[in-house]
Amino acid sequence: MTDISWIDPVLRAARPQVVGALTRYFRDLDQAEEAFQESCLRALKNWPVNGPPRDPAAWLILVGRNVALDDVRRRAKSAPLPADDAISDLGDAEADLADRLDNSHYRDDVLRLLFICCHPDLPAVQQIALALRIVSGLTVKEIARAFLVGDAAMEQRITRAKSRVACADVPFEAPGSAERAERLGAVAAMIYLIFNEGYAASGGTQHLRAPLCEEAIRLARLLLTLYPGEPEIMGLTALLLLQHARAAARLDADGSIVLLDDQDRRLWDRDLIAEGLALIEKAERHRRAGPYQLQAAIAGVHARAAKADDTSWADIDRLYGALERLQPSPVVTLNRAVAVSKAQGAAAALALIEPLAEPLAGYFHFYGVRGGLLMQLGRADEARVAFDRAIALAHTPAEAAHIRLHLDRLMKQGATGMTSNGRKSF
Amino acid sequence: MLYAFLCCHDEAVVNSWTKVEDDAVLAKRHKVTEKLAARGKLGPALRLMPTTAATTVRMGREPVVLDGPFAETKEALLGFYLIECASLEEAIAIAKDIGRDEHVTFEIRPVKLFLPQGVAS
Repeated sequence: MTDISWIDPVLRAARPQVVGALTRYFRDLDQAEEAFQESCLRALKNWPVNGPPRDPAAWLILVGRNVALDDVRRRAKSAPLPADDAISDLGDAEADLADRLDNSHYRDDVLRLLFICCHPDLPAVQQIALALRIVSGLTVKEIARAFLVGDAAMEQRITRAKSRVACADVPFEAPGSAERAERLGAVAAMIYLIFNEGYAASGGTQHLRAPLCEEAIRLARLLLTLYPGEPEIMGLTALLLLQHARAAARLDADGSIVLLDDQDRRLWDRDLIAEGLALIEKAERHRRAGPYQLQAAIAGVHARAAKADDTSWADIDRLYGALERLQPSPVVTLNRAVAVSKAQGAAAALALIEPLAEPLAGYFHFYGVRGGLLMQLGRADEARVAFDRAIALAHTPAEAAHIRLHLDRLMKQGATGMTSNGRKSF
Repeated sequence: MLYAFLCCHDEAVVNSWTKVEDDAVLAKRHKVTEKLAARGKLGPALRLMPTTAATTVRMGREPVVLDGPFAETKEALLGFYLIECASLEEAIAIAKDIGRDEHVTFEIRPVKLFLPQGVAS
């Protein structure tokens, strides 16, 4: 069989573990990456002939390490070069290594690798770019395309990020449990950032970037495989699955945003929803609510509603309330206001968001929601001011276009001298 | 004899298939299974959610409920087919056919008891 397309997913799947282990050996990201590339090249030569090894990750780690050691020897000219096929027959060595690659090591390696990428010294965009390059193995070109910047600019950004984390000291010893929990939290936050970058792009013309969302889901699942008993990681994974399930319905044929209320729910991905809901149920058993679980539960309420009118807004209000207590934030309050407007009316919601004007002065969605509420209350002039502000703050053309739609509606109503009492809200 | 074809695969690999790759595998398999169905040989088949969605209940004096799959192995049970085969030879041939061009592993197990009750879902 000459078809080698099966190898690519195997290499992709093994990458986090292999690069993680090689980083531990070499204590250097660049060297680990180079060794991984080299071992992949050898795999492409060796596997089609000999078939896949029993444990591909162990094979790649061993080869990657040997290749680098050969390299050192070659440079030092202190030892004769080993025959190339010396590493082709890995039978015993592989079995031996696989035994030593116990799960806890593997876990810490992958977690460390992810943690290195989300170093607090790095701005969010660099964290994401670095993780996509190092852990996911996306090419610079692919990442550049996702961020809509040139290849050279992205290359530079990643190089800069790498040299910054190289100076930062991430200890290579196995972390203690407090340390591990802290790393897990930071890594979860970074995965969430990657997803959000794909879900509501922060710039450029594309509003949705599905590959980033899919990559984030893959990383969340990886983390959950490593830490199967962490309810917040279940919550994170569920949240991403449930949000991503709506991807096909979130934009219409022209690329305009379709709000939750107006989405064609038949386009929602039922498989992803079912998996997300199953994870929420699992997490709830632990009775340790956390921000990701609550956000997932909110997404779950939407996912369960067969049509927009079936949505239990009281449940959503209650869940946002719990989230506010756990993690007070004006953005959370703003979201709760949307639920309140549905359950109790626009006036109550408007009162809730009035105090947010200052902390959210530069936030697109604040003015969108405010404009929507004012519109419902028939305060057209004030609504127009809010929408104008929203357009000025929009990140993507789709966001701006969506607000313009509201403005157009207001203009028409203004022209016919009508005031809006419509129930349709932002 | 009725056989269960247990599909075992490295879950990390299956999870890193793109949607297109995943769909291609299903479509390829469907070509084989629809022929079996036409001959009345195909029983229920199912695909399991990822093991991250699994919960394990271990009974003992105190039943223990654990998150995650029963076995922490690379190759996880991801689904199965029930197929009526005239012989083990035929079962092996069918496994080779379904898994063509893949690196999946099939464990072929003769079925001892089959209770095809319906579920309402």
